[in-house]
Amino acid sequence: MTLFLFFAYAGQAWNIMMGFAGQLSLGHSLYLGVGAYAAAALYFHFGIGPWAGLWLAIALCALLGAAIGALAFRYGVAGVYFTLLTIAFAEFARIGLDHFAWLGGSGGMFLKVAERDRVELLNLRGTPAMFYYVILALSAAALALSAWLLHSRAGYYWQAIRENEDAAQALGINTFRWKMLAVVISAAMTALAGVFSAFYYSSLFPEQLFSINRSVEIILGPIIGGVGTIFGPIVGAALLTVLAEGTNEIVVAFGWEVPGIKQLIYGIVLFAVIVFLPHGIWSALAGKLKVRE
Amino acid sequence: MSLDFVNLANVVISGLLTGIVYGLMALGLSVIFGVARIVNFAHGEMMALAMYLSVLLFSTFHLEPLFAVAPVAVIFFIFGYVLHGAVIHPFVTRPEHSQFILLLALAIIMTNSLLILFGPDARAVSLDYLLEPIELGPLLIDRGKLYAGLVAFGAAAGLFTLFRFTHTGTAVRASADNWLGAKVVGLDVKRLYALAFGLGSACGGIAGCMMILLVDLTPGLGPAYTLLAFVIVIVGGLGSMTGALAGGVLIGVSEALAGFYVAPSAKGMFSFALLILVLLFRPRGLLGNKL
Repeated sequence: MTLFLFFAYAGQAWNIMMGFAGQLSLGHSLYLGVGAYAAAALYFHFGIGPWAGLWLAIALCALLGAAIGALAFRYGVAGVYFTLLTIAFAEFARIGLDHFAWLGGSGGMFLKVAERDRVELLNLRGTPAMFYYVILALSAAALALSAWLLHSRAGYYWQAIRENEDAAQALGINTFRWKMLAVVISAAMTALAGVFSAFYYSSLFPEQLFSINRSVEIILGPIIGGVGTIFGPIVGAALLTVLAEGTNEIVVAFGWEVPGIKQLIYGIVLFAVIVFLPHGIWSALAGKLKVRE
Repeated sequence: MSLDFVNLANVVISGLLTGIVYGLMALGLSVIFGVARIVNFAHGEMMALAMYLSVLLFSTFHLEPLFAVAPVAVIFFIFGYVLHGAVIHPFVTRPEHSQFILLLALAIIMTNSLLILFGPDARAVSLDYLLEPIELGPLLIDRGKLYAGLVAFGAAAGLFTLFRFTHTGTAVRASADNWLGAKVVGLDVKRLYALAFGLGSACGGIAGCMMILLVDLTPGLGPAYTLLAFVIVIVGGLGSMTGALAGGVLIGVSEALAGFYVAPSAKGMFSFALLILVLLFRPRGLLGNKL
């Protein structure tokens, strides 16, 4: 459940940038990783707890998002090029951190694991149940924020930009400013997911946090659920979790335990969804049930 | 000559030859991207597929990669042609992110099928000539790299000729420039797109065959090569065939230098830094015409 909510939360963060404002990022692992490393480094080196560290994480990621957004939008890097730029920054950071000894390098960084039965909310050390409630609160907050944003002024501007950027600009919308806002909000939200994962797993490896597979995992939920919808990321993450657990059971039951089989099934599901339900499962379902968001 | 200089020359030559193979791989991507308008995010995975195919051909029929080039190219041409017609074509008019995700799904399927079929262990072909470098004065040239570079260069030259001087090639270029116009004058655009996709896949296939002479093969190579191919195409300039080749050589040499003077694992960082700089300051690429 914690993992499901984690991906629901990260998916919602990504959805604000792609689903609402139409900017496809495949480098969200950058914000996840930077957020995780920022909070973990403060805790590891200076003993500063995550409740203080998360502000640094948010600030750093918002700044990074703003820098990438400003560079890309100012220089007219759009579409596929924008996506590749986001990948390039994430990969750059991954290889860079592999060689940065102060943060553990490729060998990773490990946070002191406290006794698992004592809840120490102040340092975010404690039982799995505590982590569950923390991520539940985060996801709920993200849901409320998404719903509010989508029907705010910014939300309508974003949708206008997503559908037709030139037309939006012609109508007098400052597309640069609103796209920047989407990137910064999305990056800052993903930073919190990073802080959470750092303290949940207590170990940090650049290869895992910054890898493109991470970015793909983040975007799978919203795409399967429905890009640009409020409930899509959550529905998608739930389905993926069920799928992952289900395949685990089947794989074990039939004795097919070979590396890669889970990812293969993910790939096939992703393929089926994009071919048959390009607007996602939630959109199809909402249409059937006549639910309006 | 001082030892430093000899080292430098060896590194540059080795990077140059590897770079030509990179260039051919990127050329395939550029054709698919520029003509068929598809963001082929499975390009490196197709290349990894070709590498496994050539390892299989070697281990079962003792067909060495230099001679396996022709059959692999044909197989990949057909593979690309059919894949485009069956799956990819309906996506041409869909938004870019839709295409991106379709190809990503294909890429994930390919990589993990390879992992399941062949396991995670590294594979390579063992040929005697790979161990006997050519001595040219103080310089040592790896035979595998030399042959790979020459074959890749030949394949690229063949593709140039095809596009420049044949009727079909001209038609393909026309539909790349203006597909509506091409349709109006009666060209079968769908077939030409599939043809371009097939040719691009064949380039990837040949590059894969040659790459097996240079590196050990694992299923995880695919995604890394996809990224590399995109870096090269964008650095060289989209839609420019010479740009793709030149970009490949540039990245090949810079990787070799970084690997030698900094750390082998850091070489990717330089490529991505180069990509970021090019995207920001010359988004059309070093040799590209227009965006």
